[in-house]
Amino acid sequence: MLTISRDLHEKIIAHARKDHPDEACGVIAGPAGSDRPTRFIPMQNAERSPTFYRFDSMEQLKVWREMDDRDEEAVVIYHSHTATEAYPSRTDISYASEPQAHYVLVSTRDESETEFRSYRIADGEVTEEPVEVTE
Amino acid sequence: MAIEVRIPTILRSYTGGAKAVQASGSTLGELLINLDTEHGGLRDRLVDGESLRRFVNVYLNDEDVRFLGGLETPVADGDTVTVLPAVAGGAL
Repeated sequence: MLTISRDLHEKIIAHARKDHPDEACGVIAGPAGSDRPTRFIPMQNAERSPTFYRFDSMEQLKVWREMDDRDEEAVVIYHSHTATEAYPSRTDISYASEPQAHYVLVSTRDESETEFRSYRIADGEVTEEPVEVTE
Repeated sequence: MAIEVRIPTILRSYTGGAKAVQASGSTLGELLINLDTEHGGLRDRLVDGESLRRFVNVYLNDEDVRFLGGLETPVADGDTVTVLPAVAGGAL
Protein backbone atom coordinates (compact mmCIF):
# COMPACT_ATOMS: atom_id res chain seq x y z
CA MET A 1 0.00 0.00 0.00
CA LEU A 2 1.10 3.55 -0.69
CA THR A 3 0.48 5.99 2.14
CA ILE A 4 0.82 9.58 0.98
CA SER A 5 -0.13 12.95 2.42
CA ARG A 6 -2.95 14.98 0.84
CA ASP A 7 -0.45 17.74 0.09
CA LEU A 8 1.94 15.51 -1.92
CA HIS A 9 -0.99 13.81 -3.66
CA GLU A 10 -2.20 17.23 -4.81
CA LYS A 11 1.28 18.32 -5.89
CA ILE A 12 1.62 15.33 -8.21
CA ILE A 13 -1.77 16.03 -9.79
CA ALA A 14 -0.98 19.74 -10.16
CA HIS A 15 2.31 18.93 -11.92
CA ALA A 16 0.57 16.50 -14.28
CA ARG A 17 -2.13 19.08 -15.09
CA LYS A 18 0.43 21.81 -15.67
CA ASP A 19 2.47 19.78 -18.19
CA HIS A 20 -0.55 18.29 -19.98
CA PRO A 21 -0.60 17.30 -22.89
CA ASP A 22 3.05 16.31 -22.33
CA GLU A 23 3.84 13.65 -19.77
CA ALA A 24 5.00 14.95 -16.40
CA CYS A 25 7.40 13.00 -14.17
CA GLY A 26 9.14 13.22 -10.84
CA VAL A 27 10.13 11.66 -7.57
CA ILE A 28 9.06 11.84 -3.96
CA ALA A 29 12.02 11.07 -1.76
CA GLY A 30 11.79 9.77 1.76
CA PRO A 31 14.12 8.48 4.48
CA ALA A 32 15.78 5.24 3.27
CA GLY A 33 13.86 2.19 4.40
CA SER A 34 10.93 4.23 5.78
CA ASP A 35 8.52 3.70 2.85
CA ARG A 36 7.33 7.24 3.69
CA PRO A 37 7.30 9.80 0.83
CA THR A 38 8.20 13.26 2.18
CA ARG A 39 10.16 15.44 -0.28
CA PHE A 40 8.54 16.42 -3.59
CA ILE A 41 10.96 16.66 -6.52
CA PRO A 42 9.33 17.47 -9.88
CA MET A 43 11.67 16.48 -12.73
CA GLN A 44 11.97 17.72 -16.27
CA ASN A 45 10.74 15.37 -18.93
CA ALA A 46 13.78 15.42 -21.24
CA GLU A 47 11.60 14.03 -24.04
CA ARG A 48 8.88 16.73 -23.73
CA SER A 49 6.49 14.28 -25.29
CA PRO A 50 2.82 13.34 -24.91
CA THR A 51 3.70 9.64 -25.12
CA PHE A 52 7.12 9.25 -23.52
CA TYR A 53 9.11 10.47 -20.55
CA ARG A 54 12.69 10.26 -19.48
CA PHE A 55 14.41 12.04 -16.61
CA ASP A 56 17.10 14.43 -17.80
CA SER A 57 20.32 12.52 -17.09
CA MET A 58 22.19 15.42 -15.45
CA GLU A 59 19.23 16.39 -13.29
CA GLN A 60 18.85 12.75 -12.27
CA LEU A 61 22.51 12.56 -11.19
CA LYS A 62 22.10 15.69 -9.08
CA VAL A 63 18.87 14.48 -7.45
CA TRP A 64 20.15 10.93 -6.83
CA ARG A 65 23.33 12.31 -5.21
CA GLU A 66 21.28 14.64 -3.04
CA MET A 67 19.14 11.72 -1.90
CA ASP A 68 22.27 9.70 -1.17
CA ASP A 69 23.75 12.53 0.91
CA ARG A 70 20.53 12.91 2.87
CA ASP A 71 20.14 9.16 3.39
CA GLU A 72 16.96 9.14 1.32
CA GLU A 73 15.66 7.01 -1.50
CA ALA A 74 13.07 7.37 -4.26
CA VAL A 75 9.95 6.22 -2.40
CA VAL A 76 7.61 7.31 -5.21
CA ILE A 77 8.41 7.62 -8.92
CA TYR A 78 5.50 9.24 -10.72
CA HIS A 79 4.54 10.09 -14.27
CA SER A 80 1.42 10.94 -16.17
CA HIS A 81 -0.37 9.44 -19.12
CA THR A 82 -2.21 12.18 -20.94
CA ALA A 83 -4.52 10.25 -23.28
CA THR A 84 -4.68 6.75 -21.82
CA GLU A 85 -5.50 5.13 -18.50
CA ALA A 86 -3.24 5.27 -15.44
CA TYR A 87 -1.86 1.77 -15.94
CA PRO A 88 1.81 0.88 -16.65
CA SER A 89 2.52 0.42 -20.35
CA ARG A 90 4.94 -2.15 -21.74
CA THR A 91 7.57 0.59 -21.91
CA ASP A 92 6.95 1.52 -18.27
CA ILE A 93 7.40 -2.10 -17.23
CA SER A 94 10.55 -2.73 -19.25
CA TYR A 95 12.36 0.36 -17.90
CA ALA A 96 11.25 0.09 -14.28
CA SER A 97 14.47 -0.20 -12.31
CA GLU A 98 13.64 0.69 -8.71
CA PRO A 99 11.97 -2.38 -7.19
CA GLN A 100 11.54 -0.63 -3.81
CA ALA A 101 9.64 2.31 -5.33
CA HIS A 102 5.93 2.91 -5.63
CA TYR A 103 5.28 3.69 -9.28
CA VAL A 104 2.48 6.23 -9.33
CA LEU A 105 0.57 6.81 -12.55
CA VAL A 106 -1.75 9.71 -13.07
CA SER A 107 -4.05 10.07 -16.04
CA THR A 108 -5.07 13.52 -17.20
CA ARG A 109 -7.12 12.28 -20.17
CA ASP A 110 -10.31 13.49 -18.47
CA GLU A 111 -10.37 17.25 -17.94
CA SER A 112 -12.24 17.22 -14.66
CA GLU A 113 -11.24 13.96 -13.06
CA THR A 114 -7.67 12.75 -12.49
CA GLU A 115 -6.98 9.05 -12.07
CA PHE A 116 -4.27 8.39 -9.46
CA ARG A 117 -3.04 4.80 -9.06
CA SER A 118 0.02 3.11 -7.59
CA TYR A 119 1.96 -0.02 -8.56
CA ARG A 120 4.95 -2.11 -7.69
CA ILE A 121 6.96 -3.11 -10.72
CA ALA A 122 9.66 -5.75 -10.20
CA ASP A 123 11.09 -8.35 -12.58
CA GLY A 124 8.56 -7.39 -15.24
CA GLU A 125 5.61 -8.00 -12.90
CA VAL A 126 3.06 -5.31 -12.14
CA THR A 127 1.08 -5.34 -8.90
CA GLU A 128 -1.45 -2.61 -8.25
CA GLU A 129 -1.72 -1.48 -4.63
CA PRO A 130 -4.20 0.61 -2.66
CA VAL A 131 -3.45 4.30 -2.10
CA GLU A 132 -4.20 5.82 1.29
CA VAL A 133 -4.25 9.60 1.38
CA THR A 134 -3.65 11.01 4.85
CA GLU A 135 -4.61 14.47 6.08
CA MET B 1 44.85 4.01 -6.63
CA ALA B 2 42.01 2.87 -8.76
CA ILE B 3 38.74 4.08 -10.18
CA GLU B 4 35.64 3.87 -8.02
CA VAL B 5 32.50 2.56 -9.72
CA ARG B 6 29.20 3.33 -7.97
CA ILE B 7 26.60 0.64 -8.50
CA PRO B 8 22.80 1.22 -8.34
CA THR B 9 20.63 -0.97 -6.10
CA ILE B 10 19.24 -3.01 -8.98
CA LEU B 11 22.72 -4.15 -10.11
CA ARG B 12 24.18 -4.90 -6.68
CA SER B 13 23.42 -8.59 -7.12
CA TYR B 14 26.52 -8.58 -9.35
CA THR B 15 28.73 -7.00 -6.69
CA GLY B 16 27.72 -9.05 -3.66
CA GLY B 17 25.62 -6.14 -2.44
CA ALA B 18 28.45 -3.59 -2.60
CA LYS B 19 27.43 0.03 -3.37
CA ALA B 20 30.81 0.77 -4.90
CA VAL B 21 33.62 -1.33 -6.33
CA GLN B 22 37.11 -0.54 -7.60
CA ALA B 23 38.42 -1.22 -11.08
CA SER B 24 41.09 -0.04 -13.46
CA GLY B 25 41.49 0.73 -17.13
CA SER B 26 42.50 3.53 -19.44
CA THR B 27 39.09 3.97 -21.07
CA LEU B 28 35.57 3.40 -19.81
CA GLY B 29 35.24 0.41 -22.18
CA GLU B 30 38.42 -1.18 -20.82
CA LEU B 31 37.32 -0.49 -17.25
CA LEU B 32 34.03 -2.31 -17.84
CA ILE B 33 35.82 -5.31 -19.34
CA ASN B 34 38.12 -5.46 -16.30
CA LEU B 35 35.17 -5.02 -13.96
CA ASP B 36 33.44 -7.99 -15.57
CA THR B 37 36.28 -10.39 -14.70
CA GLU B 38 35.46 -9.93 -11.02
CA HIS B 39 31.74 -9.21 -11.33
CA GLY B 40 30.66 -11.48 -14.15
CA GLY B 41 27.56 -10.38 -16.04
CA LEU B 42 27.70 -6.73 -14.98
CA ARG B 43 29.13 -5.47 -18.26
CA ASP B 44 26.34 -7.09 -20.21
CA ARG B 45 23.79 -5.02 -18.26
CA LEU B 46 25.57 -1.82 -19.29
CA VAL B 47 26.89 -2.50 -22.78
CA ASP B 48 25.13 -3.79 -25.86
CA GLY B 49 27.61 -4.77 -28.56
CA GLU B 50 29.96 -1.82 -28.96
CA SER B 51 27.99 0.89 -27.15
CA LEU B 52 26.32 1.68 -23.88
CA ARG B 53 22.76 0.50 -23.47
CA ARG B 54 20.28 3.24 -24.19
CA PHE B 55 18.52 3.18 -20.83
CA VAL B 56 21.56 3.14 -18.61
CA ASN B 57 23.22 6.41 -17.61
CA VAL B 58 26.95 6.28 -16.95
CA TYR B 59 28.70 9.33 -15.53
CA LEU B 60 32.40 10.09 -15.25
CA ASN B 61 32.70 12.32 -12.20
CA ASP B 62 30.01 14.96 -12.97
CA GLU B 63 29.49 14.35 -16.69
CA ASP B 64 27.26 11.99 -18.65
CA VAL B 65 29.74 9.93 -20.72
CA ARG B 66 27.39 10.24 -23.71
CA PHE B 67 28.58 13.84 -23.92
CA LEU B 68 32.22 12.80 -23.51
CA GLY B 69 33.27 9.85 -25.62
CA GLY B 70 31.00 6.96 -24.64
CA LEU B 71 33.02 3.79 -24.10
CA GLU B 72 36.09 5.53 -25.55
CA THR B 73 36.10 8.10 -22.74
CA PRO B 74 39.53 8.13 -21.05
CA VAL B 75 39.48 7.37 -17.32
CA ALA B 76 42.21 7.75 -14.73
CA ASP B 77 43.02 6.80 -11.16
CA GLY B 78 40.99 8.87 -8.73
CA ASP B 79 38.01 9.21 -11.08
CA THR B 80 34.54 8.11 -10.04
CA VAL B 81 32.19 6.33 -12.42
CA THR B 82 28.51 6.35 -11.45
CA VAL B 83 25.93 4.04 -12.99
CA LEU B 84 22.23 4.94 -12.79
CA PRO B 85 19.41 3.23 -14.66
CA ALA B 86 17.51 5.84 -16.68
CA VAL B 87 14.05 6.59 -15.32
CA ALA B 88 11.86 6.41 -18.39
CA GLY B 89 8.62 5.09 -19.79
CA GLY B 90 5.51 6.33 -21.44
CA ALA B 91 2.03 5.66 -22.63
CA LEU B 92 2.91 3.40 -25.56
